Amino acid sequence: MSVELKGKAIKLGDAISTDLIIPGRFAHLRSNLPELAKHALEDALPDFTARVMPGDFLVAGKNFGLGSSREHAPLVLKMSGIGVILAQSVARIFFRNAINQGIPVVLCDTGKIEDGDALNLDLAGGVVHNLTRGDDLPCSKLPPLMHAIFQEGGLIPYIQKYKEFVVEA
Amino acid sequence: MGKTLTEKILGAKAGAAAPGDVVVADLDLVFLQDTTGPLVVRQFRESGFTSVAKPDRAVLFFDHAAPSPNRQLSNDHVLLRQFAQETGSVAYRVGDGVCHQLVAENFASPGDIIVGSDSHTVTAGALGAFATGMGSSDIAVALALGKTWFRVPEAFLVNLEGDFPRGVSAKDLVLYLIGKLGADGATYKALEFTGSGLANVTMSQRLTIANMAVEAGAKVGLFPSDEVTREFLVSRGRGEKYQQISPDPDAHYERVISVNLGQLEPMVAFPHTVDNVYPVTAARGIKVQQVFLGTCTNGRLEDLAVASDILKGRQVYADTRLLVAPASREVLAQAMDMGYIQTLLGAGALILPPGCAACLGLHQGVLGDGEACLSTANRNFKGRMGNPEGLIFLASPATAASSAITGELTDPREMT
Ligand code: SF4
Repeated sequence: MSVELKGKAIKLGDAISTDLIIPGRFAHLRSNLPELAKHALEDALPDFTARVMPGDFLVAGKNFGLGSSREHAPLVLKMSGIGVILAQSVARIFFRNAINQGIPVVLCDTGKIEDGDALNLDLAGGVVHNLTRGDDLPCSKLPPLMHAIFQEGGLIPYIQKYKEFVVEA
Repeated sequence: MGKTLTEKILGAKAGAAAPGDVVVADLDLVFLQDTTGPLVVRQFRESGFTSVAKPDRAVLFFDHAAPSPNRQLSNDHVLLRQFAQETGSVAYRVGDGVCHQLVAENFASPGDIIVGSDSHTVTAGALGAFATGMGSSDIAVALALGKTWFRVPEAFLVNLEGDFPRGVSAKDLVLYLIGKLGADGATYKALEFTGSGLANVTMSQRLTIANMAVEAGAKVGLFPSDEVTREFLVSRGRGEKYQQISPDPDAHYERVISVNLGQLEPMVAFPHTVDNVYPVTAARGIKVQQVFLGTCTNGRLEDLAVASDILKGRQVYADTRLLVAPASREVLAQAMDMGYIQTLLGAGALILPPGCAACLGLHQGVLGDGEACLSTANRNFKGRMGNPEGLIFLASPATAASSAITGELTDPREMT
């Protein structure tokens, strides 16, 4: 899988919870994912599904994805077209869920990115290039096991291939 | 150097484990609930798995939609029941209670490693189990393999001294802690509790504290085992599961926080984040249209007892509704034996079935636009109770019961 990703920034604030990404009131749509995805981020950014383009970067502040373990949160973002999630910090379960869904989650100083900026992520090199502003922002790299899971496209393809977790001693 | 409780538990199951290591560990319990479970089943099948590794330690709970309010969720329940039958996994019934309460009542023991498809799986840390929430893909794989991977977390130590003053409880402590740490203050960390004050913290209160560890971002909220743990296990017919576990005295903690329980006061989290915490004295007079007593945080017998004590001989305010959801069938049955349910009902409360009830906004107590709810739950995020125009305040059962009487946020120390 390519590790260079390009897209436009869609900016969000701090503490975007999984209840804001996909509220519990839509729990009845969780077995109808295309319908569920229509409500992604509805309470935080009402025009999100109308404006998101394939490959766009979701650019959040602190503690993105806090709250519930619902993997539907990264899943509806992926279905909407989000290609990369950048944040200053990310809640633990969301981080693992996003990688399991094959969406890269990368930590960097998102304060230096404005809504609409053209971005390019070099995941292996650990840099976000802000093409609009000419900035190069250093960013986190994935730990080896998570990187391997991401590279396979998520946990299910990973486990289909390896049948178990391969951890270097 | 000595080991933290986290390192000891993970180390015992996965070989040596130091913070930062990635280890694969055998699991003592893997569970799922009815809103994240259907995706677990789909991911499980998509992976090509047909059987679960340990069917008697694979458990399904029907608690978030209990009973189901619509056709789609009813069909999700059908899917989950079929899965339980196919794989021989254990299925609880609608009405048995909230998953975390049932895990505490029936499964969790010191030294266990537990994963569940719900973020409040951390609750079982009260019993000395390394327990954490994961998403549906991880739980699907954990069911099939009977193991999963963990990054061994660094730990914070919370040292408790003294005893709670009248009107103050575990909920006030944990809200105070989250206010101090911030909602991301313990991200990726283990929160471990210790200190001479532990003897004054009942199992019910430990479950409240461990439950909310995740609201500071923590991976686990862990208590060492002691007499309180042993007595709880004996009372549940699981006395043989007791083992003494505690961290080494020279273990390394990234941060140590000391709290004198005697100096705490009733606390309230304001909308829309759990770390937006103030003493109740700063919240006095805020009107509430709904008070919700229940959830995996505060729906236990002790919580209902506190509320019933306060409401005895009093009435719920005319313009406020009090919803009570016992955390489990057993809690409900015991609360009836003790007369708490009768007292609450007589005071004007509505008793809901054991389960998550109004907590996550899919049924049973959705807020109207601009309405405020004082809840004993663990989360007050915008939209959490079914309406982004609703306001959620979080507090203890004592504060909830007191506020139900006055119709506004009320300091429980003024009511007793
Ligand atoms: S009671 Fe609330 S917090 Fe607890 S498991 Fe149910 S929905 Fe989640």
